[in-house]
Amino acid sequence: MAELELRDVRKSYGRIDVLHDIDLKIEDGEFVVLVGPSGCGKSTLLRMIAGLEPISGGDFLIGGKQMNDVPPRDRDIAMVFQSYALYPHMAVDRNMGFSMEIRRKPAAERKGPVTRAARTLGLEPYLDRFPKALSGGQRQRVAMGRAIVRDPKAFLFDEPLSNLDAALRVEMRLEIARLHQRLGTTMVYVTHDQVEAMTLADRIVVLNAGEIQQIGTPLELYEAPANRFVAQFIGSPTMNVLELPPEGGLKLDSGARIAGTGGARHLGMRPEHLRIVPAGQGDITVEAQVIERLGSDTNIYTEAAHLGPLLVRAHGNVDLRSGERCGLIFDREKLHLFDQEGARITPNAAAPVQG
Amino acid sequence: MASISRPHPALVVGKYLAVAFYVAFALFPLYWLFKIALTPDALIYTDGTALWPSALTLENFRSVIFASDFLDYFRNSVIVSLSTAAATSLIAAAAGYAFSRFVFRGKRWVVALMLLTQMFPLLMIIAPIYKIVAAVGLLNSLWSLIIVYTAFNIPFATFLMQSFFDGIPKDLEEAAMMDGCTRFQALRKVILPLTLPGLAATLGFVFTAAWSELLFALMLVSKTDAMTFPVGLLTFVSKFSVDWGQMMAAGVLALIPSCLFFLFIQRYLVQGLTSGAVKG
Repeated sequence: MAELELRDVRKSYGRIDVLHDIDLKIEDGEFVVLVGPSGCGKSTLLRMIAGLEPISGGDFLIGGKQMNDVPPRDRDIAMVFQSYALYPHMAVDRNMGFSMEIRRKPAAERKGPVTRAARTLGLEPYLDRFPKALSGGQRQRVAMGRAIVRDPKAFLFDEPLSNLDAALRVEMRLEIARLHQRLGTTMVYVTHDQVEAMTLADRIVVLNAGEIQQIGTPLELYEAPANRFVAQFIGSPTMNVLELPPEGGLKLDSGARIAGTGGARHLGMRPEHLRIVPAGQGDITVEAQVIERLGSDTNIYTEAAHLGPLLVRAHGNVDLRSGERCGLIFDREKLHLFDQEGARITPNAAAPVQG
Repeated sequence: MASISRPHPALVVGKYLAVAFYVAFALFPLYWLFKIALTPDALIYTDGTALWPSALTLENFRSVIFASDFLDYFRNSVIVSLSTAAATSLIAAAAGYAFSRFVFRGKRWVVALMLLTQMFPLLMIIAPIYKIVAAVGLLNSLWSLIIVYTAFNIPFATFLMQSFFDGIPKDLEEAAMMDGCTRFQALRKVILPLTLPGLAATLGFVFTAAWSELLFALMLVSKTDAMTFPVGLLTFVSKFSVDWGQMMAAGVLALIPSCLFFLFIQRYLVQGLTSGAVKG
């Protein structure tokens, strides 16, 4: 076990910069999730930590030791690939024990760790099967088993669940969380799925266009997103963002205004922080267009005159039909203001101004 | 539902007839080869196009094996074909791996150049090749054939091997390197076992190409002791007559090594070893 540290790390292909100014310290035993849209450089960053991709600039350290030019095999890091990357010509037990085979451990010594890992992952009945005879979830487990057997300093996961169906994904997510609790080893996990990020991470690193947007715990990111990108990336359904008229701010039905204090240009509000009330009694009046009833929640896609679409998420069922008009109340405490560049304005100065 | 799962009987019969016709069409020359080889010399012209010979004999085989230089030709062909297949596959595997996995300067030029070599008709370059081989003093030697065949087969074999390497996910090597392999170990322990079908296909392709090559063998070798089998076949054609029976018997014998070779590699050819490597 060890801490991983990236100092001012950069990656470029020819003249194209894919990652720059990456400063990140991952503590010993921490579970860090790198999240971002496709092409943001999150997988490249993970591959640089693994040693599969050379680092163009900056320093990468494991446990305080410079690792920039150390080949993957000497970094003592295990990786679980998106494609699982099981060796198709080896049975499950040999797949899992391959790292020891390469290090010339005798077969008798390899057996113990492999059996233990197989027991942990429920793979004991499959040890002599070949990968092609396994289901997707079992292959995923073997890939994890191969990593566990190594007892490495850190685990890397590159979108490990994206090839599984929805139900299995939830199951494996839980399994990974349990694994981290039991092993307490540093884990770095790449995903584009913000639900995976929110549920698994001690800390989330949000990346976009090769830059770190924000680093924080899941709730920090949810409650205090550093900018519009993070605000809209984290949270499901996505945060509503309205443009604030530059003159006088957003006019409410009561006559009050939400002003663009401190250069605010955009107003963000999460769908779950909007409340449906009868028409005429809310901050603004909207028309319900599409209603999705999920049982536990209801998503109401509304359209506000002059303001554009607003999504509302209400608890339980809501007695509302499409085409009906209703009022919306903003949760004043949970509004977010963003400036011209998209940065969040703090402290939250979105209290309505009488006008 | 039954009508969907069970096609009309006439269609089934038609399908099998079509397959049978194709098989007969493809195998007929082979049958004719056997037929002539087994027909006594005296009857070749009197039998004419009769499908079944009126008498059978092994005399042709006996005289080919015991009364001609055929065994020498045969030995030469085996040496040349095996050496060519081995050398070409080795070089093509290395080059194909490099093309598949590495980015290096001039890669496009090398590929273009290799494609270019495939565009010339062999007849155009046969004279220069003769000149070169004569200048280095390799005329009338098996070496000249091995070198020339290897050189001419490398481009195609390289592209073939490259496509096999391309079919093996890069993740596998990277997983092996994470597991503690050097790149070479990853190649040897993970990639190579998965490329066996490709290697077998390349070996088979090059072997047959070298085994049946006539043009260069004819130009570069004129002494009996270095003749390969296709050139040897021509010795059955003399100025005033063609010894059909012995020529066909020699042809039948020449099929044997090719058949054995494919029998040996076919178990690698048919395996779809990469299935189950990644999501499937």
